[in-house]
Amino acid sequence: MSTDTKGYLDMDLLRFTTAGSVDDGKSTLIGRLLYDCKSIFEDQWDAVEQSSKQRGDENVNLALLTDGLRSEREQGITIDVAYRYFATPKRKFIIADTPGHIQYTRNMVTGASTANLAIILIDARNGVIEQTCRHSFIASLLQIQHIVVCVNKMDLVDWSEDQFNKVVSQYKEFASRLDVPHIDFIPISALLGDNVVDRSENMDWYKGSPLLYTLENVYIGNEHNHVDARFPVQWVIRPHSDEYHDFRGYAGRVAGGVFKQGDAITVLPSGFESKIKRVHDINGDLEEAFAPMSVTFTLEDEIDISRGNMIVKQNNPPESSQQIEAMLVWFSSQSDLLESGRYTIRHTTNEVKCLLKELKYKVDINTLHKVEDDREVKLNDIARVSIQTSAPIHFDRYRRNRVTGSFVLIDDHTNNTVAAGMIIS
Amino acid sequence: MSERNNYQLTHLHQLEAESIFIMREVAAQFGKPALLFSGGKDSIVMVRLAQKAFWPAKLPFPLVHVDTGHNFNETIQFRDDLVKDVCGDLVVASVQEEIDAGRAKEESGLNPSRNRLQIPALLNVIEKNSYDACLGGARRDEEKARAKERFFSHRNSFGEWDPKNQRPELWNLFNGKMDFGEHFRVFPLSNWTEMDVWQYIKLEDISLPNIYFSHNREFVRRNSILLGKCEHITLLDNEEWESGNVRCRTVGDMTCTGMVESVANNIDDIIEEVAAARQTERGGRADDKRSETAMEDRKKEGYF
Repeated sequence: MSTDTKGYLDMDLLRFTTAGSVDDGKSTLIGRLLYDCKSIFEDQWDAVEQSSKQRGDENVNLALLTDGLRSEREQGITIDVAYRYFATPKRKFIIADTPGHIQYTRNMVTGASTANLAIILIDARNGVIEQTCRHSFIASLLQIQHIVVCVNKMDLVDWSEDQFNKVVSQYKEFASRLDVPHIDFIPISALLGDNVVDRSENMDWYKGSPLLYTLENVYIGNEHNHVDARFPVQWVIRPHSDEYHDFRGYAGRVAGGVFKQGDAITVLPSGFESKIKRVHDINGDLEEAFAPMSVTFTLEDEIDISRGNMIVKQNNPPESSQQIEAMLVWFSSQSDLLESGRYTIRHTTNEVKCLLKELKYKVDINTLHKVEDDREVKLNDIARVSIQTSAPIHFDRYRRNRVTGSFVLIDDHTNNTVAAGMIIS
Repeated sequence: MSERNNYQLTHLHQLEAESIFIMREVAAQFGKPALLFSGGKDSIVMVRLAQKAFWPAKLPFPLVHVDTGHNFNETIQFRDDLVKDVCGDLVVASVQEEIDAGRAKEESGLNPSRNRLQIPALLNVIEKNSYDACLGGARRDEEKARAKERFFSHRNSFGEWDPKNQRPELWNLFNGKMDFGEHFRVFPLSNWTEMDVWQYIKLEDISLPNIYFSHNREFVRRNSILLGKCEHITLLDNEEWESGNVRCRTVGDMTCTGMVESVANNIDDIIEEVAAARQTERGGRADDKRSETAMEDRKKEGYF
């Protein structure tokens, strides 16, 4: 960890998910990363050591570091997404650690929605299995740009280059159907630490980087869309004070592109046009604002703008429509997707009613085949649907912008978030 | 701002932008939010972020302090000064009043902690004022049960948390819908670590109560925790007051906030100490040591 403040202030942030099936060593890998980066403290270690002993585990059970809830400890499984943090002098890392059981697809999608990178673990003895495909497909669906495939337990296959190559070509064949631009392969032993932080001495034949080095150096400069300027208005700031009597500021988080003082803008849906007067910060004005900054704009003209409106640059509007096509992941165990069902759709800071017009097909996430004859969409199912909204929404395709291309559906009877969607058109 | 070229934000500025976004969502999605203020460094950082989120307007929510009656004097003084400084509104919920009214019962025994007694006081002040969202400064790196909590954490009408039935949170879409009588706890600092908080305090030049810095104080060693001398702690037979240079890593009740021996008297020294620390900051909290899932159990009942 860097103690040099200047260096620390220069660090950037990488969010990644880890996915794997039961017993493929995911917890061991995370434990190893945290331990070797000195992010596990003595009292945490002591607590885990003691629990392991009480449970009768032979070695210190690193899974206990991440399994925090009582029922998880009792059942020895991970129920929910757990977030873990560590830092090297180069980067701060946020791990969304998601469980691998089939019934927890929704957690994997949740963890992947904010990730820049996904680590997929494969047991070197077993090669690519159904869960590997499922996890990779979810990473691809959520448009994660980098996958790092860790072929684990190399110690159990005699550090065999042939076995590694076999797994790699298996995976590559499957991955040709995915939409992930960067895939790296690393042979590791999470248990013994080979190629996790330090280069393995047991696998001279591997010429690539160890995992931590890869995580520290992977390029993440293109994670946000810096082309199409989008600013969903979150909150209108009106101080009503003597000093700021006429102040009317539009607060929000830049969802795409760059906004500068003087830029000609349009407000959607009204279509009113104006110019950015100032980009405010508590310490003074900013020259420009870009994704994902939280800022406040004032405009040259006094026009009516409220939460849910979107400020965009003139000549580069998003699509506006009451009909959208999307991939939907169903999250509710209490209710299935209803064709002709009515929901509230939350998209950026906007919220409108919607009708689930048509279920086009389901996706079999193990084979990636379209399933057209099964009309039941339940918890953890993924489907392509068309949706009609009660008012136009202003969006970009999810592929182009993860912020303006994503939405959730809320069940008005239970208030629960029942689905997550990615807009195709 | 020490931004990089090609539109990259440093990690601290990303965390800041995320927290400000969450605070504005709370103002927009809820009718009567409140900010739970403990006087600790995390809630002081929260106030700073809230100022930034709504500037030049005042904070659109009051600061609510659950006063155990066992607070460090320095914390109370600091709180009052800060409230004045940000022109904020302060609401104090008193644990003593809960005890006097018979809704809470003082623990008996050796060092009776009022930590758990904060629960009825907190739930009461929420109900009395109809707060529908309480902003808290808890972080996921603090404790293992917290690592699984959402930014928007739903509470039923009894204030209880159901960890196995949490709402999924994707991208930056937060669902604050609820039925009458329910409320939310919202944690804008979820993704911050202790180190991030200290670095941000340095970056923003935020002032803190002086108990965070090294000072000379009388204390007693109990179960390898250092407790500051106060009227609420009685010495055991084989114990005695010692004196030395100490400071707090977290600030809570005097009866359970352990201090560390330290000579760090400025932010840079503290950052150095945090980086070298071998114990988590809650490692000195007697309230967490009561059982392996002490935090989870308290949270289910409605703790912060």
